[in-house]
Amino acid sequence: MTNDPWLRALLEGAAVVTALMTAVAWITWLERKIAGRIQSRLGPTMVGPFGLLQPLADAVKSMQKESIVPRDADALLFWLAPPLTLALALGTAAVIPFSPGLLASDVDIGVLYALALSGLLSFPIWIAGWASNNKYSLLGGMRMVAQGISYEIPMVLSALVPVVLAGTLSMGGVVRHQAEHGWFVVSAPGVGFVAFLVFLLTALAEGNRIPFDIPEAESELVAGPTTEYTAIQWSLFAAAEYAHSLLASAIAATLFLGGWDGPVLPPAVWMVLKTGALFLLITWLRWSLLRLRSDQLMSLCWKLLVPLTLLLLLGAGTWVTLAT
Amino acid sequence: MQSWIPVLVYLAIASSVGVVMLGAARVLRVRARHVPPTRAATYECGEEPAGKAWIRFHPRYYLVALVFVLFDVETVFLAPWALATRALGGYAVVEMVVFVAVLLLGWVYAWRKGALRWQ
Repeated sequence: MTNDPWLRALLEGAAVVTALMTAVAWITWLERKIAGRIQSRLGPTMVGPFGLLQPLADAVKSMQKESIVPRDADALLFWLAPPLTLALALGTAAVIPFSPGLLASDVDIGVLYALALSGLLSFPIWIAGWASNNKYSLLGGMRMVAQGISYEIPMVLSALVPVVLAGTLSMGGVVRHQAEHGWFVVSAPGVGFVAFLVFLLTALAEGNRIPFDIPEAESELVAGPTTEYTAIQWSLFAAAEYAHSLLASAIAATLFLGGWDGPVLPPAVWMVLKTGALFLLITWLRWSLLRLRSDQLMSLCWKLLVPLTLLLLLGAGTWVTLAT
Repeated sequence: MQSWIPVLVYLAIASSVGVVMLGAARVLRVRARHVPPTRAATYECGEEPAGKAWIRFHPRYYLVALVFVLFDVETVFLAPWALATRALGGYAVVEMVVFVAVLLLGWVYAWRKGALRWQ
């Protein structure tokens, strides 16, 4: 490896982004296969063995199609929203430790950075809903904002529980602490586990996944904020959604499930296994559950999760004090 | 600050992915020879759109948004506390119990006043 920090960062960044986009492409295949099996179908079978080349076919198809910008839309914002969504969704990966040595950068406020970037995700989606000048899109965008102001607080508070337990805001530090003292999902009796559940739930809301796909709500709002989007622009939104699901799983695994820590197998394999398991769980939920209403999500978050996570934080603080 | 260089570079690369894909699609796309005038119309179940979407309407959660801003600021206070609890010990926990108690009092007030309701 070279010693020039900029060149090194460029190579590593390009490697991480390439790996991520490849993973995103094939988890669309995985999701469609699982969805098929859950609904007693086969999923993709025609392109390549087991339909494995389906993502390539989809990519070529969406690039060949023509991007249509509606006459009444705000063209600049309309074009801006999809790449912005993807950039924010991919951005959190910069601080996720995939193994002790393999992470772009172990900045000392990694947890905050990841929360901040993924918290911004609701804005480009709102921009898309507004710019389309379509009633369904605008309603979807407004629902996205409603969702954003609901899940954000419990998410941040539940992600602070591992910070209290580990005494550090760096992602690498959180994992190292868990490698020495046990995973937070089981250590710190009850507190870590409940915080993990809350984090997972709010991550679903952030990624617009069922049971919280309220902005998209294809049975009510056509496709919500993405109604007017076609071809590659729509694909960017889809890629962003899958990238977010994947990275949210990775962050949950890092904060609560010990990240790369595990016996026998190499660290990177453990990280992939844990992330994959959480992603499978998310997919399973998607094809099993119903959708909540906007006000139901708001009630759930504000009347239950906010006080719960505040008490969890206090519990974590008390436990840390008693344990040391 | 050295550790932020990879993050900045990574963000630049992540931002370029979407732009590159849009560019590639511009090269690869197949354009329609004949474009019907209705194609660029806004979708509204096949009907002519009735007016624009850019109108004023009741968002239904204005007060919740205000409470959200309050609690968002409060998480800013909680982050440094979370970082320092391990070092400061019982004193920090007692302080935070007081802080959270006051906060929850405000939260109960907001709830009783109907600020958390979908109006």
